[in-house]
Amino acid sequence: MTYEAVIGLEVHVQLKTRSKMFSRVGAGYGHPENTLTDPVVLALPGTLPVMNKEALDKIIMAGLMLGCEIAPECKWDRKNYFYPDLPKNYQISQYDQPLCRGGSVEIELPGPSRNVMGDHRRIPLTRIHLEEDVGKLNHAEGVSLVDFNRAGTPLMEIVSEPAIHSADEAFAYLTALKTIMIYGAISDCDMEKGQLRCDANISIRPAGAASLGTKVELKNLNSFSFVREGIASEVRRQVAVVEAGGTVVQETRDFDGQTGESKSLRSKEMAHDYRYFPDPDLMPVRVDEAWKSALRGHCPELPFDKQRRLQRDYGVPYTVTSVLVPDRELSDFFEEAARLCANAKAAANWIANDLLRELGAAKLPLAQSRVRPAHVAGLVKLVEAGAVLSNAAKEVFVDMFRTGEPPEEVVARRGLGANVGADELERWCADAVAANPKSAADFKAGKESAINAFKGPVMRAAKGRADPRRVDEILRRLLAR
Amino acid sequence: MSEDLCFSTISQLARLMETGALSAEELMRAVVARTKAVEPRVRAFNSYDEADALAQARASDERRARASRTGGRGLPLEGIPVGIKDVISVAGQPLTASSRMLEGFVSPYDATVTRRLKGAGAICWGRLNLDEFAMGSSTENSAFGPTSNPWDLERVPGGSSGGSAAAVAAGEAAAALGSDTGGSIRQPAALCNVVGIKPTYGRVSRFGLIAFASSLDQIGAFARCVGDAALVLGVIAGHDPRDSTSVDAPVPDYAGAASAFAKSGRRWRLGIAKEYFGEGLDPEVGAAVQAAIDVYRAQGCEIREVSLPHTKYAVGTYYIIATAECSSNLARYDGVRYGHRSAATTDALDLFFKSRAEGFGPEVKRRIILGTYVLSSGYYDAYYLRAQKVRTLIRRDFLDAFAHVDAILTPTSPTPAFRKGEKADPLAMYLNDIYTIGVNLAGLPGISVPCGFTRGGLPIGLQVIGQPFKEAELLAVAGAYESRCDWGRRRPRL
Amino acid sequence: MPRPDLKLDHVANLARLALTAEEKERFAAQLGDVLAYVAQLNEVDVSGVEPTAHALPVVNVWAEDTPEPGLPVEEALRNAPARRDNMFIVPRVVE
Repeated sequence: MTYEAVIGLEVHVQLKTRSKMFSRVGAGYGHPENTLTDPVVLALPGTLPVMNKEALDKIIMAGLMLGCEIAPECKWDRKNYFYPDLPKNYQISQYDQPLCRGGSVEIELPGPSRNVMGDHRRIPLTRIHLEEDVGKLNHAEGVSLVDFNRAGTPLMEIVSEPAIHSADEAFAYLTALKTIMIYGAISDCDMEKGQLRCDANISIRPAGAASLGTKVELKNLNSFSFVREGIASEVRRQVAVVEAGGTVVQETRDFDGQTGESKSLRSKEMAHDYRYFPDPDLMPVRVDEAWKSALRGHCPELPFDKQRRLQRDYGVPYTVTSVLVPDRELSDFFEEAARLCANAKAAANWIANDLLRELGAAKLPLAQSRVRPAHVAGLVKLVEAGAVLSNAAKEVFVDMFRTGEPPEEVVARRGLGANVGADELERWCADAVAANPKSAADFKAGKESAINAFKGPVMRAAKGRADPRRVDEILRRLLAR
Repeated sequence: MSEDLCFSTISQLARLMETGALSAEELMRAVVARTKAVEPRVRAFNSYDEADALAQARASDERRARASRTGGRGLPLEGIPVGIKDVISVAGQPLTASSRMLEGFVSPYDATVTRRLKGAGAICWGRLNLDEFAMGSSTENSAFGPTSNPWDLERVPGGSSGGSAAAVAAGEAAAALGSDTGGSIRQPAALCNVVGIKPTYGRVSRFGLIAFASSLDQIGAFARCVGDAALVLGVIAGHDPRDSTSVDAPVPDYAGAASAFAKSGRRWRLGIAKEYFGEGLDPEVGAAVQAAIDVYRAQGCEIREVSLPHTKYAVGTYYIIATAECSSNLARYDGVRYGHRSAATTDALDLFFKSRAEGFGPEVKRRIILGTYVLSSGYYDAYYLRAQKVRTLIRRDFLDAFAHVDAILTPTSPTPAFRKGEKADPLAMYLNDIYTIGVNLAGLPGISVPCGFTRGGLPIGLQVIGQPFKEAELLAVAGAYESRCDWGRRRPRL
Repeated sequence: MPRPDLKLDHVANLARLALTAEEKERFAAQLGDVLAYVAQLNEVDVSGVEPTAHALPVVNVWAEDTPEPGLPVEEALRNAPARRDNMFIVPRVVE
């Protein structure tokens, strides 16, 4: 019997707003404990929530980018439960009227090799809604310490349909979602900073069956890799249970990234009864066409659409677009450079290889690079015109990165132009041949590789500025005499 | 003289201070002295900070002096001591809701109404007693002991804003702020012979008011006369970006508008709701209210009967909606970030259970339980959703009536002040609110004005119910009666 | 009419209120009376009636995303029943 895994992911994405969801104190990460609070965040007696407009803009934008239906009207509900990290002991959320419904995420599965694009699929979504984040509990000996800096940060909950069928698909889903969120400046989705959190609901069923099996909720998946490992491990566990004749128990399990195993969380005595009711302190949200149009105007091209376009319109290969596209600024940089020099592939290579290497070594973000699209375009043109040779061009690039000089100036300053005079080159070749009669004889006798013996001395004499093709031409002519 | 000051209206005090005959500091000293003299018997205050009040008074005198030097306008409540119900936040002052849960809590921020009072030059005076978390109609539910009705110390002042009503009645403040969710300003005003106004829902910001029932709560004012109530309302009303339920509409000059109406000799069309004069109404109260109606009639007002057919469902509707909302609003009181924390707890869960059990009194617990129940799985539709629908019908009753009348007259309370301990049964206590509760459910403004005394010397109140956001008309109608009598000028014998 | 079952243990648990046996008995009786009283709401014909969500038909009440200063950490912790290193302490949270 073969089994099929059925997985649904619940992803919480922290929105990149400057202030919190229901109060105007600043939002942020890594601040000293309890320095991002105000009476509303701490739920002091008498305080009231006020919506953050930017958070609404961001979730609508996310919904538009993901092809969701945006609800014309929605409201806020109180989700009532007690926990030390939840100041009001209710969370303001959206229960039966989420802001977004439907939609989907295009994902790319791993291909047969790194250089070959994998299959694309669409994972349908159920809904997206807005809520507020909770504080952070730090556990110490016998006590828990609570920091409310994170409490009240706007959180988008994205629920997928149970339409994911493997750990790899889950990984691809998260990667795609993260790129889209970054493109839209909606969130940075840095899991280490808690900006993206993921819980998985996993069940198995006999391959081809229609009904769903009992699902297990898996928590504490703290990285994309742990999501993949955790899901794979849980699917294996469920298959083992069923094959041993048992049944999968509906429960919540806690994943341990170190051991790769999960354990059952102590089942609570009572199921949660959240007693949802409409929050009387907040007014409903009405989204009209004008609001949606305005935001649509700000929506960027989606990453995979961009990738396809770059491949189609510029002929840039998959391996290079895969590097450029996940970073929206980088791909914009590339397009600007391509526009300026008309050899998109060459520009892409400079950016994907040399620019990224230099940025990495200097630990600089793209925005602070002294090399701008015009620099890249200029260098491409110089190489195309033969004014500088490829290996010299690489040195030019490094200098440009360091100083910000246009390529022509670097070439001139360092004398890196491929401007060897024809006479000089002729003379060096003749000298090289004359200096090595044995190789000359071997070549004339038919040994092709003998010609290489002359190239070294010629290139050294030319200090690398000679075009190897011309050198080869000249040598052959001389040897043919 | 000093006692006279304590029973002067705001307008009278303002005139004295404007002419220099009285300083804010002198006034505050008189009020403090009066408070100290009567508090052992009345117990209106949970606490008061004499030094702070006198400092505020001195600052007021300095402001007034500066303003007169520069020819600037004086502030509308300059130097006037206004008592604050201990559910309204004043920065640096205790905020207890008369509960052990918040014993020792000091608030770091000002409620919006507090900011407005201070901006108007008023002196925020003391922390006034109430039924714990504003739940009750007698102030007997206070964890710190009941307040006594200044007119008969064996009896209750009403509730939940009993301290506020008693303080004004006893001359311990020129005015006071209270809150009204089901009648908690109007009913104690009636029982204590003062004016009490609850504005339209959304007229006054709730930011800084300890929430009881979010869709019903409003802050309002106690005063010696309708004119004073208009002044205080004009100061505290207005849109507040910190309260999403507050309405963005301009605040008229209530005092000016009310007196303009009075001068215009307008003949009001007044409704008498037949459902409010039936069983359970004390005959002396009924008679006093009828006499008040006659006064309106004599002024040429048109009196007609109106029907509010869903009146009998008002108390039931209220106790579902208010308890549901309060069960959620009071969840934050858990001993984690502030408030009472139980000493002997084994884990965080235990902390919640025990701190709340120790911190809350029985009425609060009852309402939390009832509210939790009506919201719980399987019961939401049957109780909460249904109650919100009946609420729509109750509001509709009023709005239909207002098609034919400008305001509706009713008794404020079915009985005068009852003895402490007399209404031990919760349901009996809830039924007390029968005349005031529908007004909160419908979101309308309402005011109680003194309209007589029982043979035993207990005050009786007349309620006027107005149309949404028409507080000026409401105050004018109330003033039209007040101008023909002087019940409000009597003083309790203390 | 029989009193509806208040399920007091379950409800008190949801509300995180530890009730004594005496309280349970007293509240069950008192609240039972209240529930019996509110049952009269079932008489009302509410077909086609919208629930009162808010008294005022207002939508889109929000504020711009402009950060404002919050409470200094000392103020935030001023009323804390127990604190350590600028954090609130609670007894251990058992999952």
